[in-house]
This record gives sequence, structure tokens and C-alpha cells, in this order.
Amino acid sequence: MTNKELIIVGGGPAGLAAAYTAAQTGCHVLLIDRNPQMGGQLIKQTHKFFGSEKQFAKTRGLNIAKKLISDVETCSDRIEIICDATVVGLYADQVVNVLHNEKYYKYHFDALIIATGAGEKMLAFENNDLPGIYGAGAVQTLMNLYGVLPGQNIVMVGSGNIGLIVSYQLIQAGVHVKALLEAAPKIGGYKVHASKLRRLGVDILTQTTIQRAIGNGCVNQIETIELDDSWKPIKGTEKLIDVDAVCIAVGLSPLYQLLAMGGAELKYVPELGGMVPIVDGLHQTTINNIFVAGDVAGVEEASSAIVEGYLSGLAAAAKIGYQQPDYQKSIADYQQQLKNLRSGPFGAKIRAGLKKVEAKTNA
Amino acid sequence: MRIFKHPILDFPKKKVIHFQFDGVEFSGVEGDTIASALYANGIKKLSESVERHRARGLYCAIGNCSSCYMTVDHIPNIKTCVTPLSEGMIVESQIGKGVIR
Amino acid sequence: MLDKTGVATPEQVKSRFPQPEQLLKPKAIIECYEDIPCNPCSTSCPFHAIEIGDDINNQPQLNVDLCTGCGICVTSCPGLAIMTAEIRNNLAIFKIPYEFLPYPEPNSIWNGVNRDGKVICDANIVKVLLTNKQDKTVLVTVSVDKKYLYDFVTVRNKNE
Ligand SMILES: Cc1cc2nc3c(=O)[nH]c(=O)nc-3n(C[C@H](O)[C@H](O)[C@H](O)COP(=O)(O)OP(=O)(O)OC[C@H]3O[C@@H](n4cnc5c(N)ncnc54)[C@H](O)[C@@H]3O)c2cc1C
Ligand code: SF4
Ligand code: SF4
Repeated sequence: MTNKELIIVGGGPAGLAAAYTAAQTGCHVLLIDRNPQMGGQLIKQTHKFFGSEKQFAKTRGLNIAKKLISDVETCSDRIEIICDATVVGLYADQVVNVLHNEKYYKYHFDALIIATGAGEKMLAFENNDLPGIYGAGAVQTLMNLYGVLPGQNIVMVGSGNIGLIVSYQLIQAGVHVKALLEAAPKIGGYKVHASKLRRLGVDILTQTTIQRAIGNGCVNQIETIELDDSWKPIKGTEKLIDVDAVCIAVGLSPLYQLLAMGGAELKYVPELGGMVPIVDGLHQTTINNIFVAGDVAGVEEASSAIVEGYLSGLAAAAKIGYQQPDYQKSIADYQQQLKNLRSGPFGAKIRAGLKKVEAKTNA
Repeated sequence: MRIFKHPILDFPKKKVIHFQFDGVEFSGVEGDTIASALYANGIKKLSESVERHRARGLYCAIGNCSSCYMTVDHIPNIKTCVTPLSEGMIVESQIGKGVIR
Repeated sequence: MLDKTGVATPEQVKSRFPQPEQLLKPKAIIECYEDIPCNPCSTSCPFHAIEIGDDINNQPQLNVDLCTGCGICVTSCPGLAIMTAEIRNNLAIFKIPYEFLPYPEPNSIWNGVNRDGKVICDANIVKVLLTNKQDKTVLVTVSVDKKYLYDFVTVRNKNE
């Protein structure tokens, strides 16, 4: 079995950022991703990002991915990359099991950073398994990565930032977005995104949900229904909409499975999207030398995923002997950046969630 | 349906790749996954569910959810949303759990 | 309104416009009504006319006197929440961000659209600018009748 100093699982913004700061300290890194290319969710995001300059604001997501990847490539003597490789096992004796080209490989590690991101949630309604009903990430992948339209007439379910942004991207690709449904009484995402959709003529229907999908072999109609103030369906408000695709954007939940397998202490925190690991201030889990960064530690944004990556990369490297002279200062800077990103009203949920997972022995 | 013109992205012409789906010849392009090539051809029903034989299409497109399993070159349970398309592939809808030959 | 439909109220919109006499020169109209973690409008303005401060969640504040109406912030804002406005005789002249194909052609007439997505007037396309710095967000200069100053927000192809 080969020994590696630091293994990073997941090459999204968090994993890439972690690989970069860790390699800067002299640490040797193995970065593993199950996709054919690095970049995680970012490679399909065509819109300009929020945040501040430190997190590449006003750069389109796919170009942020390119920047992070080229940073990592500058340290190619210390960062080894394997794509198309899925980490399928994490064992107690600091070993991961990787499936690559139909073969299993085992690696021993000194430190591990798990940056597996998050997966899409589903919504319960009649016939929700019909082809043509997809997660928002899938719609983005099909359209922005492969250049294939998911359909021509679509309804979006969910008004968080993802639902709003993907609707806009669908219109850019030439798809007719017939409506955007939101069960809550208010739009969930940033109003600037909602406004730019509304001015394109998209109806944003709050207190409305999808009740069932209709179709044989593929969705061709949906039935919507309005909800009252206690979220109960109002009889008689059903409406049929002709569609050939439905996009579900009702949130993401952390991909915690490897952490569970390794025995890290997890907690169900709805504010963070589901099961998340208990961590200390350096993003170390309850297992010594196993760190987390990005959406897997709580579903948030690429901006915070990048900063968490930088932070955990430094922390993990320091933990195995690669401590930089200005270590404390850098860590404090990253912690401050995270605090800034989360300090507004939209960060309130994240702040409440993170409180619940802080380890008692805070580092 | 493919996108040819896009305000942000470039989709240059790519090499055509031929494959078979349930006995019929289709084509995709270089860079496609099996599922993206099928969707580009308007095929959204990829397989059937194991017990109740309900139609299955892709849901997550990142290899996470297993809704897109098909039999490819006689090997069952291939996640077609992340498996690159290659020339001459034989792709089949999968009925049931699939058979390993 | 904004919370439920994405459409700002007329009062909200007006609060973002300087006095009409100040619009004899183009000025930025910043329709960012929420505390969100974002500040590229401020960092991109070459004249330091937009202030957000250390907490990037603060809403941008425009210093009307410093703003030259250059339009750089318009294509920098990831929320596409900024345009510039100017009053010239009977016309209201805007610079707006645009990210769809086909791009408008100068000297053509497009539909003028309000914040509710409804067509309200004819819009005369004056100029269409796209530089590398704008990163694929086109800056369209468009003129409409002055009476639509507070209503106009974007353009739409006549064929749509
Ligand atoms: C439509 C949409 C719009 C968004 N808009 C914004 C925005 O405007 N601003 C913003 O800041 N954020 C935005 N985000 C959020 C942002 O994309 C995510 O928060 C960010 O990508 C999370 O980064 P990550 O590295 O934690 O995870 P990911 O980007 O999900 O990367 C995880 C990586 O891990 C890999 N992986 C997972 N499991 C394994 C395994 N077992 N073995 C090997 N590899 C594995 C995956 O293949 C993936 O590449 C948006 C997200 C979406 C979907
Ligand atoms: S229009 Fe130009 S000067 Fe005015 S705020 Fe925007 S960038 Fe600054
Ligand atoms: S860049 Fe746009 S969205 Fe961001 S704070 Fe400025 S006006 Fe608001």
C-alpha cells in the first residue's frame, strides 16, 4: 500500500483551494475526484459570482474553476491529481479505498481532507420519478457542460439562488421557463436574481407547489396547487401546465457518507442541509487528522467553500509537520473572511447551523 | 436538442461518435456522456425500474443517484450520466437488475 | 412585492434615482435592496463613487457627485442590478446590461420592458458595447420617451 502525506477527496472549489495552500507549505498532496475533470459544481456555472475580490467576485463560476485549477497546476511537483476516481471507502487505520478504471487502490494517509460537496434533494409528489424531471444541477450539467437542452418548456420548482440562477441560465440557452414555483410565502434567494428573472417575464409563484406530474415515459404536464398560510393545499386552485421538463431546486444535502464510514461524529442540522460533521475551528472532525471543507461541512456557497479549503489545507499540513512561520496569521485571516461572508441576514441560517456543530474543545 | 449559440459559452463543432441504442444507430459527439448523447437525440427514457417497471431517466447527472443505469457493451448497471460515449458502443435499456455474462 | 414577485415597488425604485436635475449627466441607478455579501460594484468603480464599507453585506451607497455614469459598474454587478440613467430633452437614456442572443443592433427599435416583464414602449438602441473586460455582459445604450424614466428596465426583441 502506498503512503501519501495528505489526501484530498473532491476537486471542487474547496478541494482545489485546500490542495493549493497545503502544497505551498511543502506538503505532498494527492487530489482525487470522481468526475473526468476537476472543478466540482463550478465548471457548469456561467454566471458572475458574488462575494468580494478575495473570493473572485464578478468572475464567472467556470472561470473561477479555471483559476483554481491553474493555481494547483503551478504546484504540480507536489500535487498529484487523479480524475475519474471515486473514493469508496474510509477505514479506521487511516486508509482510503479508491475505485479507478475498474480497479481498487488503497492508500494510507497522514492527513485527509474530505471535500465531497453536496448532492441534490428530491421532492415528494406523484410521479416524481418520470424522466424529464431533474435536479437543478443536472439541468446545468446537461446544458452548460454538454450543450444539450433538457427540454423546451420547463417549470422550475424552488426559488433559492440555485432555482433563480438556473432559470436565468435556461433562458440564456433558449428554453422557455413557464413558471417558477415556491411553496414558501417569500422568494428564498437574492432579490437581485429574482428581479432579473421577473423582468424577462417569468412568473414567480409563491405559496404554490407541484402536486403531480403527468406523462407516459416522459413528463408532459404538471399540476400545481396553491398553499395557504399553514402550508396546506387550497382545493380548487389546481392548474395544469404543459411542460417537457421540470427542474427541482429544493436544496442540497452534504455528501457525508465517507465521514460516516470512517466513524466521524455527525449531527443532523437542517440549517446546513442535513447530516454534517462536528468540527473544530480548524475544520478538523472528531477523527484525528481528518478535516473537511466546503459543502460537505454544511451547504453554503463557493466563496466560503474556497476560503474553507484554503484554511483546512493549511491546518492539515500544519498538523503533519508543515507549519509556516505566518501560520497563525493566515488562519486568522481566513477565519475573518468566513465571518465576513456570513455576517449578513442571509448568513443567519448558516451561523445558527454552525453553532450546533462546533466541537466543545475548540482549537 | 443541442445548443449551438450561447451568449456565454462556446459550443464548437465536435467529432461525431456513432453508437447503438436498443438496436438502432444513433450519433453523439466527442465529449458526450452516454446519457447526454441520448438526451440530445430526444431520448429521455433510459431504462425501467427494477420492480414496478417505471420509466427511468437521469436525475442528478453527476453519478450520484443511479437513476440512469443502463446496460453498456453487455455490462449492466453502468452510470450513463458520467460514462463517456465511445465509438461503436452498444447501449441498451436495462430491464430488471441486469445480468452479468 | 419584491419579496413575493421580484418586482420592486415604485417607491423603492424612485429611492434609487437622484433628482431629475442631477440626471442631465448619466448616473448609476443601483437597485440592490438587500444586505447580501457582495461588493464588485464598489471595487470596480474607477471614481470611487460607490461605498459599501468593510462589511460586504452592506448595501451600496452612490455618491452622485462622483459618479460619471461611465457604466463600468453596470457590467460588473453579478446581480445585473445596476443601470445608468440620463435625461436629454424628451428622452430618457439608459445603459443596461444584456446577456442574451441575438444582441441588439444599433439604430434598431426593440421593445422597452418594465420591472414586471411587460412591454411598455419602443426602445431605440443607440449603442452596443462589448469589450473583454465586460466578460460577455453587453452594455446597451438605449433611449426611450422620458415619461418611462422610472418604469423602463430592459429591452426585448420585437420578435419574441
Ligand atoms: C446552480 C448553482 C448556483 C450557485 N451559485 C453560486 C454563487 O453564485 N455563488 C457562490 O458562492 N456559490 C454558488 N453555488 C454554490 C457552489 O457551487 C458550491 O457551494 C460549491 O461548489 C461547493 O464546493 P465544494 O468544493 O464543497 O463542492 P463541489 O463543488 O460539489 O465539489 C465536490 C467534488 O467532490 C467530488 N466527489 C464527491 N464525492 C467523491 C468521492 N467519493 N470520491 C471522489 N470525488 C468525489 C465531486 O465529483 C465534486 O467534483 C451555486 C451552486 C449551484 C448548484
Ligand atoms: S457609472 Fe461609472 S462612475 Fe458611476 S458608479 Fe458606476 S462605475 Fe462608478
Ligand atoms: S455588485 Fe450588484 S449585487 Fe453586488 S452589492 Fe453591488 S449592486 Fe448589489
